[in-house]
Amino acid sequence: MAVFSLIIINKAGGLVYQREFQPGLRKLSTNDYLVLAGTFHGVHAITRSITPKLPLAAIPNPPITPTTATTPSPNIASPSSTSTPTPSSSSASAGGYTYPNPGVPATGLESLETDKFRLTCFQTLTGTKFLLFTEPTMANIDVVMKKIYELYADFVMKNPFYQLEMPVRCEAFDRNLQGWLRGRA
Amino acid sequence: MTQPARHAAMLSISNSGPNTMAGEKQQSTQHMHTQSQPSQGLRVPSNRKTIYDRHLNRSRSAELSRASFAFLFAEMVTYAQRRVTGIQDLERRLNEQGYPLGLRLLDLLYYRTMSSSTSSSLSSSSTSASPPNRPLRILPLLHLIHGPLWRLLFNRPADALEHSVSPETPNEYMITDNDPLVNTYISVPKEMSMLNCAAFVAGIIEGVCDGCGFEAKVTAHNQPTEMWPGRTIFLLRFGESVMEREKVLERAGVK
Repeated sequence: MAVFSLIIINKAGGLVYQREFQPGLRKLSTNDYLVLAGTFHGVHAITRSITPKLPLAAIPNPPITPTTATTPSPNIASPSSTSTPTPSSSSASAGGYTYPNPGVPATGLESLETDKFRLTCFQTLTGTKFLLFTEPTMANIDVVMKKIYELYADFVMKNPFYQLEMPVRCEAFDRNLQGWLRGRA
Repeated sequence: MTQPARHAAMLSISNSGPNTMAGEKQQSTQHMHTQSQPSQGLRVPSNRKTIYDRHLNRSRSAELSRASFAFLFAEMVTYAQRRVTGIQDLERRLNEQGYPLGLRLLDLLYYRTMSSSTSSSLSSSSTSASPPNRPLRILPLLHLIHGPLWRLLFNRPADALEHSVSPETPNEYMITDNDPLVNTYISVPKEMSMLNCAAFVAGIIEGVCDGCGFEAKVTAHNQPTEMWPGRTIFLLRFGESVMEREKVLERAGVK
């Protein structure tokens, strides 16, 4: 039940925060982290745009399994599901479309699972992305994510010395994040 | 707009004298006032709790939004940061923002502490000469700040009150707050590590001291501990005149 590390990416795709919570993780160089953040930002945008759409006429018979990156439930979505371009999406280009879950717009990659870790991405309405690396078996990641968002809103956004979209260097944020995660473990 | 003009015209008809008109009108309005409020001028509730005794929020649990205060204070810090030359300058500006607040707050503080103590004395004995609640010596003033002022501002007393142990500085007193409300969400960057935004609170204290007639300089200093990373010490330095008066009062036996 461990949280490995947290990355925060601003709306332009720049890395603003990176921190590890477990000892013994292999470190990347600062440059690699920047590249990772930028790459993820791009991949996220791509997964959102390739979200398969259902032609409106094809709704009565739903043959398509929702193995896409848009579903709101975080445990299904995975970008490695290779069947991303559904066959019908190219053929019915003229008619109306709907997303697999009507009413929920395409959000892009939400989680990525490997046998070593799980990457969960949470994008706020303002475009900031929180990337959380956890153990694959960890439950209730949304609770952790919500708390991290709350701490961010408190200790980063209410800090008069923080400049928007710039790297987060808030000692109170670090302290409270660390304290809260330790209290959970 | 038309109403008073017509009223005046009516009066002038009845009086036929332009000089007496204004006076007559005043009388009539006064008359109307007394009619609408038959009792003696100011209304005091039976339990002697006027609007000044209470917080504007009626219920105790209805509290102010900490988030809005945090954003407001953050803006104040950002505002004070403009065109400052250094950390000391910034602290001086925050201090100046708090100072008038302290001066004004003092009256409310007096009112509340006095009314709570005199209401009991009034009910028990009708002697008009109640003891003065204005602090005359340093220690009562410090207790006033440590207790009632802190409770009024932060809903809890301050955490410690100390006197300087050094014999060279008998005019220095320290009030400690383990976790100042104003600094809750503030992380000061490393290059400004000397800065403490509670200089604003120091300004409030300075205003209260000055309002009481104790000339003082108050500054806020970081003194973090393992348990309290935001621990702040407010250092009160009283002026020469205050210390001289203190000696005179001590000889006179004034408490």
